Amino acid sequence: MPKDQLQGIQSEYDVIVIGSGLAGLTCANILGRMGRRVLVLEHHYQLGGMATWFRRKRGHIFDISLHGFPFGMVKSCKRYWNDDIASRIEPIRGIRFDNPQFSFETTYDRKDFTRILVERFQQPLERVEAFFDKARSFNFYDDDGTTTGQFLERCFPGRNDVHRLLMEPIAYANGSTLDDPALTFGIVFSNFMSKGVYIFKGGTDLMVGLMKKELIRNGVDVRIYSDVERVLVESGRVTGVVCNGRPIRARSVVSNANLRGTIQRLVGEEHFASDFLEKARKVRLSSSSCQVYMGLKPGESFDYLGDLFFTSTLDHFDSVALCAKDVTSRTFSCYYPDTRPGSDRYSIVSSTNANWDDWASLPPEEYEREKAKLIEDTICALERYLPDIRGKLDWIEAATPGTFSRYTKTVHGATFGTKFEGLSVSKAIPEQIAGLWHAGSVGIIMSGWLGTINYGVIVSNEVDSYLSRSNAVRATEEV
Amino acid sequence: MTRQEIRQAIIDILADIAPDEDTASLKDDVSLRDQLGLDSMDFLDIVMELRKRYNVEVPSSDYPQLATMTSCLDYLSPKMA
Ligand SMILES: Cc1cc2nc3c(=O)[nH]c(=O)nc-3n(C[C@H](O)[C@H](O)[C@H](O)COP(=O)(O)OP(=O)(O)OC[C@H]3O[C@@H](n4cnc5c(N)ncnc54)[C@H](O)[C@@H]3O)c2cc1C
Repeated sequence: MPKDQLQGIQSEYDVIVIGSGLAGLTCANILGRMGRRVLVLEHHYQLGGMATWFRRKRGHIFDISLHGFPFGMVKSCKRYWNDDIASRIEPIRGIRFDNPQFSFETTYDRKDFTRILVERFQQPLERVEAFFDKARSFNFYDDDGTTTGQFLERCFPGRNDVHRLLMEPIAYANGSTLDDPALTFGIVFSNFMSKGVYIFKGGTDLMVGLMKKELIRNGVDVRIYSDVERVLVESGRVTGVVCNGRPIRARSVVSNANLRGTIQRLVGEEHFASDFLEKARKVRLSSSSCQVYMGLKPGESFDYLGDLFFTSTLDHFDSVALCAKDVTSRTFSCYYPDTRPGSDRYSIVSSTNANWDDWASLPPEEYEREKAKLIEDTICALERYLPDIRGKLDWIEAATPGTFSRYTKTVHGATFGTKFEGLSVSKAIPEQIAGLWHAGSVGIIMSGWLGTINYGVIVSNEVDSYLSRSNAVRATEEV
Repeated sequence: MTRQEIRQAIIDILADIAPDEDTASLKDDVSLRDQLGLDSMDFLDIVMELRKRYNVEVPSSDYPQLATMTSCLDYLSPKMA
């Protein structure tokens, strides 16, 4: 690690962004573009947060969270980043399901799902249309207490197979369960259904690299290996941060670190009102993940298996079983050479939702044993579809909740931030401490690549407004 | 700014936000959301542009005032006078 990462920074910033996840980067980019003086501080050696990748010898490269996002990413990237980034977003070809209840491939959009629900699941067209329309009409500000499970049961009574079709991909896309508010399901499901699932051609490394260039073009200072220990607060107002042991002044601070970490570790509970803390302490984190990364030997390939393949051996759908350490459901993301034009490599990443507690408590030896079992079970599961895959594999390794927590400092390795109640706590932070915001995965709907980018935009608007107002106050004081 | 100038200012912003829509023939009393297919992120962009270009602040509680061209003009005229 080079000696002074903070060399050359300015003595004061309009905004310091703690963390370079997609929310932090997007917020920084917009404020930089508006002419604000912005500094991004990232503790890791790479930008992107969970939008990340890693390389292994013999040319392997694995994406962690490039499985799919809604079409809305095109507009958000165009507007808040640039045309080049937006132009590399492309639809995936197909999504497959295989479980004891059904097995088929779909383009995962409203048209194809309508056909499937009517033809395969024998649902009347009016019922299907009514379901889609209701799902699309949910607003984040009117939670009437209905859960996703209740909503699905109301729309398709007694049809666990239909509930699985509608819910399983969403459970993977944002860690939500049948007990979470129906509006979180409705919003995210409808985002996907509008046009299907998209990915970034060229890989996460290319996207984050292009984002870094754009940030620098917009005058944003970006530092890696820069760990923020503390947000400085004086008389209820933010004054800067302490990073790598050094104080840096700022008129405002945006924390892209996870919500609970921001309140408890970075700011300190003593700076918040007790009724706020009471709410904040009740915020539940989202589940975590396990992944198994499998790279094929150069020259080896496998037949088209869909881009995203939702598999399960469980005979019915159950949110709790999705996270269980005794894995029954896996999503395989298949990467063909065209994922990174110019490459000839095939790879597969298997993802499962997971509970922090199942893994955190394991003594080291048992942890290693469990990790080896996870890898072996995953290969066996894959052999059902690709019988000769074992002999073709060149690189295989696994990540568990502890891995995600280590690299992104996320409390309990939460993959998608918090449950729904986290959103109102996140939004209330600036009312507690002037000049401080949180931007990052929160509240289920503000998670995933698109959700966090859009939350970064929302926060940038508030920060810009705050800075304009405080400029006006400064000007009056000077007069 | 006159009401007519403010109307043009809003149209310029909308044309940037929804480049594929016909902003010239906007009906003043029909919801912008329906006419131009705007979503909540688009309205946020309108608010950010108003601040950037005209130094006008629209707090989030006032976003509903931007529903139609007429309501925009009623709301913004005193602020942009
Ligand atoms: C396994 C997995 C698969 C996923 N798949 C998908 C998918 O297919 N599609 C999709 O849309 N989304 C997916 N997601 C979710 C998506 O990646 C996240 O929701 C999103 O990237 C989170 O962005 P964020 O802005 O909240 O910040 P994060 O990514 O959480 O980044 C926060 C950053 O802050 C830094 N940081 C924290 N504390 C400090 C500190 N004190 N000082 C300095 N830096 C700090 C961290 O190092 C990190 O870089 C997946 C996530 C995981 C884990």
